[in-house]
Amino acid sequence: MSTLTYAGAPVEVDTEGFLQNTEQWTESMAHEIAAQNGIAELTDRHWQVINFMRRTYLETGSAPSIRTLGKVSGVPIKELYQLFPKGPAKLAAKIAGIPKPRGCI
Amino acid sequence: MILGGGTGGTLIANRVRARLGDEAEIVVVDRDDRHVYQPGLLFVPFGIERPERIVRSRRKQLHSGIELRVAEVDRVEIADDTVHLVDGSTLTYDVLVVATGASLLPEETEGLTGPGWEQTIFTFYTLQGATALHDALERFERGRLVVNMVDLPIKCPVAPLEFCFLADWYLRERGVRDDVQITYATPLDAAFTKPVAASHLAGMLEVKGIGLETEFATGQVDGQTGTLVSYDEREISFDLLVTIPLHGGAALVQRSPGLGDALGFVQTDPHTLQSKAAPNVFAIGDATNLPNSKAGSTTHFEGEALTANIAHFLAGEELEGDYDGHVNCFIEAGFHKALLIDFNYETEPVPGRYPAPHLGPLPLLKASRLNHLAKLAFQPIYWHVLLPGRELPGIGARMSTAGKQLAASQRGDH
Repeated sequence: MSTLTYAGAPVEVDTEGFLQNTEQWTESMAHEIAAQNGIAELTDRHWQVINFMRRTYLETGSAPSIRTLGKVSGVPIKELYQLFPKGPAKLAAKIAGIPKPRGCI
Repeated sequence: MILGGGTGGTLIANRVRARLGDEAEIVVVDRDDRHVYQPGLLFVPFGIERPERIVRSRRKQLHSGIELRVAEVDRVEIADDTVHLVDGSTLTYDVLVVATGASLLPEETEGLTGPGWEQTIFTFYTLQGATALHDALERFERGRLVVNMVDLPIKCPVAPLEFCFLADWYLRERGVRDDVQITYATPLDAAFTKPVAASHLAGMLEVKGIGLETEFATGQVDGQTGTLVSYDEREISFDLLVTIPLHGGAALVQRSPGLGDALGFVQTDPHTLQSKAAPNVFAIGDATNLPNSKAGSTTHFEGEALTANIAHFLAGEELEGDYDGHVNCFIEAGFHKALLIDFNYETEPVPGRYPAPHLGPLPLLKASRLNHLAKLAFQPIYWHVLLPGRELPGIGARMSTAGKQLAASQRGDH
């Protein structure tokens, strides 16, 4: 656990940079985390996914998997990989300020 | 009323019968009378197990006084405690247990069931698939063998690795191992989800010369050219593909309003096993959405808590049965050896001894001949001890940390 500064505010993050307290997150932090991870601009489609992730996490206590995102968020998996290259579920969770999605074993 | 006469449905029916006797009328509904010993499927492709030796009658595993109703269920209407059958008739219940397992969804991956399906592309997760793969493997002498788990959750998450280890052994025995490249492609960032076990298992892959391709999220399969394509456009070529397809809950769960999540698994309380849909609906085994392994041992360890909670519920009492996420699995390593892992919601698998601390006799997270013999000896225990709902001597439903080499962070928790 360590502390980073995003958008001028100190936040607690885990060793991989995922926010530990979802309440500390703000929209301006999302832009900054995205930029650090190679996403220069967050489009409406990015926000559709980010908002879905946050809503699901706040309602259920866990981050949705990539399959659930593909089925329910309204953004197909193929496009998720274009929006959030490499690992969409992980990267979107990081930008959305929620903990890393757990492998469900 | 219990939907599903597999591992979970059978052991719950028998345990509730033993606990409540004639106070409860128990009906198990399933669409057929064939109970497959699923751990045996892994061995069928290698000719170690024969298909007819791992199937028995569902009815014969149920204690007398329990009815098996062979029927296809359309859906459950939770609001009026009714199960609707496909033939239009209905059944009502006071308490429902959903034990309908997980279903394979190969058609959800683009191209997977297209050209090459069951010719160069197989799964050993069904009896028919495992049998067909046996024939194909016998003829396989050179080329690229790719084992691919499409995504989690799957039944028995260690089975793809076990398949790799056994394939290495099987091809070596046949003297063709040097002409076959084996690759394991997984969407995870390591060989397994749990860090300590993952590093042990990755080491085993390396020693056996099995390639590991991580973070490979399969988007498409082309059976004509023999290519797996990931969503981020990486490609893996194969001559023989062994796929572990996407899993979802039973279709009837999807058709039952309010019962399942987006993937069709029953939304279940991780400790009481009560569904989130209604207080008189419970779930067990692979049918749940719990964040642990879909495995027979999970189901077995859930049995104790669920039986207690059904009795509490019927008596109007508070649910006191508390499942801790306990799982254990034998991991077949090839060359007549196997590993054993033991873990729960909180504690990852680590080295040690099981079931007795320090004495064992079974070593944890270490390949041994004794673990292999125990794995092979398990089928009679399954039919004669686990399904009838008897206790396994020395094996508690709750996980123990005694005698385990835990990391400092885990010791602090317990």
